[in-house]
Amino acid sequence: MTINATFIGQIIVFLILLWFIGKFVTPALAEELNARNRKIADGLAAADKGQKDLADATSRADAIIREARERARQIEDQAARRSNEAIEAAKQAAQGEGARIVAAARDEAATETNRARDQLRKEFGSMVVVGASRLLEREVDAKTHAQLLDKLADEIARG
Amino acid sequence: MASQNGATETPTEYIVHHLTHLKVGQGFWTVHVDTLLMSSLLAAAVAAFLYVGVRGGSAAGAPSGLRNFVEMIYEFIDGQVSDIYHGNRALLVALALSLFTWIVAMNSMDLLPIDMPGSIAALFGAEYFRVLPTADLNGTVAMAVVVLCLIIIYAIRAKGVGGYLHEWIAAPFGNNPLLWIPNLALNIVELLAKPVSLSMRLFGNMYAGELLFMLIALLGMAFAVSIGGISLFIGQIIAGTAWAIFHILIVLLQAYIFMILPIVYISMAEEHH
Repeated sequence: MTINATFIGQIIVFLILLWFIGKFVTPALAEELNARNRKIADGLAAADKGQKDLADATSRADAIIREARERARQIEDQAARRSNEAIEAAKQAAQGEGARIVAAARDEAATETNRARDQLRKEFGSMVVVGASRLLEREVDAKTHAQLLDKLADEIARG
Repeated sequence: MASQNGATETPTEYIVHHLTHLKVGQGFWTVHVDTLLMSSLLAAAVAAFLYVGVRGGSAAGAPSGLRNFVEMIYEFIDGQVSDIYHGNRALLVALALSLFTWIVAMNSMDLLPIDMPGSIAALFGAEYFRVLPTADLNGTVAMAVVVLCLIIIYAIRAKGVGGYLHEWIAAPFGNNPLLWIPNLALNIVELLAKPVSLSMRLFGNMYAGELLFMLIALLGMAFAVSIGGISLFIGQIIAGTAWAIFHILIVLLQAYIFMILPIVYISMAEEHH
């Protein structure tokens, strides 16, 4: 239980062990644990960034979908309005055309009636003349009585 | 060896035999071959264990097996040192790791069956063999002296030679010529108390533990020669088991204390008074 040369030997052994551990063990461990910590930190940062990117992309997609929906609605409205306008315009055009056709038909009918009436009057006039000549039993001189006959025909025509 | 002729050996002879070192040389130049051999072998084992642990396993991915264990020890010690010492702690981590692993390895020799190492040594013709290097004052004082040198080196590095020597006479009472002698006396006591307490604490614990194992072993030997009967044998088993389990705590605790106190001392040495 006394201090002797063993003590010197123990110091040497301890210093060798200290040197070995300080040279081959702790630097390698420290380096690697640092590298691993860095890697973990990087991984966590990347995960955070990914999450943020995902949130950004989601909100951007939402915005795009909202905008598209809005535009679709606008286009639908516009199309509906345009089709209403077209229907309205066609209806008006058809009504105008119908009215015009009716008016033209009416005009034609009126002209035809007048023409028929004039013809009838003329025929009636000549029949009257024929009748009168028969009644008088003499030839009515068309020349001499032309004035009278015309007047009569006019009266008939007017009447 | 003792177990072979235990019946004819008196308890005193048994204990004295177990407390005698395998020696070579005379006077101061006596060398305890057992202490030196065991501590060197254990140092080599610790170094190999740590080296294999660091090189083995997958460096890139998750550590596995031995590497994981070594990393766990390293991280524990690194955390302890970084709590105490603020600065470049590379050397201090190496010091703490060396002290802790080596002392745990040496202390653990106390858990071997008490007569086994001596019996094995006897096969090689050694009459005495003490397997526990930390129960030899030379072993603990050697570590404490290295720690003492590091304390002084760190103090000089932090304060310069002049500043350090100045503190010897000017602290803690103050820089007054009348107080130089008391300051110096107190500083000598303070400085020497550190290695002495370190080495004596570890030595005392391990020596006492070893002695208690011997006393417990005597119970079983008494069973062989006395009429005390089987109860003594049972007593040995119960007491030996209990003490061995409790001793695991002492093994680790003393290693931890011897690891952490030098770090505390060195960080204190860098503080200015």
